[in-house]
Amino acid sequence: MSISVLTAALPSINVQLAEYAELFTLIAALIYTLAFILFTVDAVRSSATIRRVEQELAAESGAQPTRVPADVAAGSGRGGHGGAGPTSGDSDAELVDEDMGYVGTRRPFANVAVALTIVAVAAHAFAVVARGLAASRWPLGNMYEFLVGASLVVAVVYLISLIRRDLRFLGIFVLGLVVVMMVAATIGFPTPVGHVQPALQSPWLAIHVSLASLAIGLFVLTFAMNLLQLVQSRREKALAHGPSGRFERTVAGWQFMRLVPKAFSLESWAYRLNAVAFVFWTVGPVITGAIWAQQSWGRYWGWDPKEVWTFVIWVVYAGYLHARATRGWTGNRAAWLSIMGFVCIIINYGVVNVYFPGLHSYAGLPE
Amino acid sequence: MTEPTNHEREPSAHRDNAREDAMNAAQGTAKKDAVVPALGLKGMLRWAWTQLTSMRTALMLLLLLAVAAVPGSIFPQRVQDAFAVETWIENNPTLGPILDALQMFEVYSSAWFSAIYLLLFISLIGCIIPRARKHIQQMRSAPPRTPRRLQRMPEYGAVELDEGGPAPQQTLDDAAKILKKRGYRVERRETSVGAEKGYLKEVGNILFHVSLVGVLIFVALGSMFSYRGQKIIVEDEGFVNALVAYDNFYPGTWFSEDQLEPFSVQLNDFHRSFDREMVDGEPGPNWGSPLGFTADVTVQEGTGGEPRDTTLEVNHPLSMGGANVYLVGNGYAPVITVRDGEGEVAYSGPVVTRPDDGVYTSMTVVKAPDASPEQLGFVGLFLPTAVDSGGGLGVSADPELGNPELHLNSYAGDLGLDDGQPQNVYVLDTDELEVLNSREVEAGGIVLAPGETQQLPDGLGEIEFEEVQNYIAVDITYNPGETWVLIFALTATAGLVSSLFLRRRRAWVTAETTEAGRTLVRYGLLSRGEDFSLRDENVALRAQFETTWPVRAPEENT
Ligand code: HEM
Repeated sequence: MSISVLTAALPSINVQLAEYAELFTLIAALIYTLAFILFTVDAVRSSATIRRVEQELAAESGAQPTRVPADVAAGSGRGGHGGAGPTSGDSDAELVDEDMGYVGTRRPFANVAVALTIVAVAAHAFAVVARGLAASRWPLGNMYEFLVGASLVVAVVYLISLIRRDLRFLGIFVLGLVVVMMVAATIGFPTPVGHVQPALQSPWLAIHVSLASLAIGLFVLTFAMNLLQLVQSRREKALAHGPSGRFERTVAGWQFMRLVPKAFSLESWAYRLNAVAFVFWTVGPVITGAIWAQQSWGRYWGWDPKEVWTFVIWVVYAGYLHARATRGWTGNRAAWLSIMGFVCIIINYGVVNVYFPGLHSYAGLPE
Repeated sequence: MTEPTNHEREPSAHRDNAREDAMNAAQGTAKKDAVVPALGLKGMLRWAWTQLTSMRTALMLLLLLAVAAVPGSIFPQRVQDAFAVETWIENNPTLGPILDALQMFEVYSSAWFSAIYLLLFISLIGCIIPRARKHIQQMRSAPPRTPRRLQRMPEYGAVELDEGGPAPQQTLDDAAKILKKRGYRVERRETSVGAEKGYLKEVGNILFHVSLVGVLIFVALGSMFSYRGQKIIVEDEGFVNALVAYDNFYPGTWFSEDQLEPFSVQLNDFHRSFDREMVDGEPGPNWGSPLGFTADVTVQEGTGGEPRDTTLEVNHPLSMGGANVYLVGNGYAPVITVRDGEGEVAYSGPVVTRPDDGVYTSMTVVKAPDASPEQLGFVGLFLPTAVDSGGGLGVSADPELGNPELHLNSYAGDLGLDDGQPQNVYVLDTDELEVLNSREVEAGGIVLAPGETQQLPDGLGEIEFEEVQNYIAVDITYNPGETWVLIFALTATAGLVSSLFLRRRRAWVTAETTEAGRTLVRYGLLSRGEDFSLRDENVALRAQFETTWPVRAPEENT
């Protein structure tokens, strides 16, 4: 008997394209890293930005700045100076729009970072498409491809949101996560381009995983917003009533937070995005997942570890939506639930995929 | 007052069930809230019911449900892998039994998990029924009465008409028409117009929650009437859907045998395809990984149905008699004949081997309890493409049949099959057996290629490896609840979408004649629940007013 060389229906891999895919993934990752650095510089330099804006405003109105000059505050942010903090809450109104629209604040570093992100997304999109074409299938067939694909969705969702809303303050978080995902893919799960095992050869793969990625792309934004909301509300409290405790004193000094909208506005926007993401999560991982499981494994729900966590995430975000309608649970408590939901997502993809055995042999890891 | 107060801008204050409060406050109707528990049993029960059906309890139960689901992903679960559970308990002799007593190995059917979700659903029903009743009432009754001071509404506007513009009554007629066109349900009142729209939002919410109940009911019913079974079918063999034919069978609580519709599946041939992509003349990185499994089968539905040929593939189950047949596994079944010391055939037929890795290194166990003078047993590996890894130790280099070999040890003695204990076919306990062939003993191990025969030492018999056949493992499942679960999942989604994205809005318009003799039209908007575009509605409404009437100098709106 000899090994029958397969004349399979599956087309052969385009090696050239596969190489381009890998190259452009790396290029994208590099540019993202650069953008991340610039967003960080933007945050660090925000005190200078704010100072400049204040001077401009002062010049315009011909009046003296009414508050402690920002440079004094910046110098003392770490030293934990007492009092009501360097700024009054109202002054931020000139720096950010509570509806997250764009206002005139000039932030050159952030703008370059956004431009770089656009370039990176183009390279990234090319890489993902090339990988899909190279294997003639939807490029979400293993852990590597999931991380690379989902990080693309995260970045694209962020850019699309940027068109309508000034979410530059989320840049560090979003780009940071994108970089982490791409590094994890390249170092943790390097996988050569190939066909997928029979169970994954299904149109449901594309629908199921793409919807999950979309939901995650939105949850990333809300996660960052809710985190900032917690910080911002502490800062607002500190500024309004005087800081109590070390944390509030520190937070009150964070100039960067002046470029972040108010806690209320963060919460509202996080809610709007969470609602959309929840629908994606319901339809994607939960419902299409069940349909596919039924077709592939003969049962629509079997409490496989991956299914367990999909359910947990769904229930936590349902809890979040409820909390928003429950007396005493809105505001920061609800934000904690949203954050917990995202932590569960991280567990689902970072821990369950890797360490818990199950039918979702998706990670493509060696046994 | 046109700008929301600081208080309203607080993250928490103005929307909760709280939302309802806010609306009532805005309309000037206070609502009695906390029910003070009356004395006596009846009062206590009522109080308990109120607590159970409160939003806060629902939230707590939801969070509890999320936490309770987690252990099922940490510990092996009996429903999935009973063997793994037993192994786990054996390996953790102290913790194992404790966790077992706590039902940690059957989390999703445990008393505590069930308690949580049942309470949650009772709470849900107790919550949804009054809500639905109230909503039906609201849909039938007129829009809420016009508040005295529209200025207090979250969105408010006023337009003053030019002299000679329509009189107040006329503007109210017009306003009613405009609002109706914008989808409001409108009531023209003596001195005002009251309007409301977005009733579907609440309908959606109720539909969503009711659908969840539907999902739960059909998940439960479905599993009670369901059955699931497993069967291994070797090439040229068939399977008939009857209880005795199954290797493993898991009936639902209310399963009865006559639910098994007659059908049969025969495996004619089986094809595997593996990645054979060459890169630069070398096997590529995915060389040998599986790409496709196809079983050529002949199926027959009903007792007298026409046999028809079809294929069974992963992701493409066969649907027969309401049940589905899934291809879940496959492997090699070397055909082996064992003759005993007296020359009698003690075993003959295909032996199902268990592939343990990607190159189908397959665990092989052959038991010949009928052999005499001594029972014979064989344990070892089937290697589809055997290569020498050095020192005569064979390993498989490829999943396909390149150089099939059997590498076995043989044993003689009591196989322990006579005491009626069910045994794992893939396991032979060799502790009590005499070793005949093994790499450790003088006779050496057994290595056979197809067509070869090897004598056992001491004239105890011989073993012949005739040929290799394929087998497939199929799951047969029947779950009458599936379709309904899907339908309710979809209605839940529809309900969720309308609940989350529709806007429930109320609008009121009043008109009066000012001291200057002009008509002043005021309007107020109130939204129930989250509404981020109420201001847009205000703007749109105002625009329509301005095109309908001769509005005086544009006055700052909000
Ligand atoms: C099986 C458990 C439950 C799940 C998964 C669930 C899920 C949800 C979700 C996702 C929402 C947000 C969508 C919307 O606004 O319509 C929601 C809203 C709501 N749920 Fe539930 N729910 C459950 C049980 C309950 C229970 C027991 C109650 C009653 C106490 C309840 C009362 C409500 C109410 C009043 C809303 C509307 C909140 C608002 O005004 O935004 N739910 N539910």
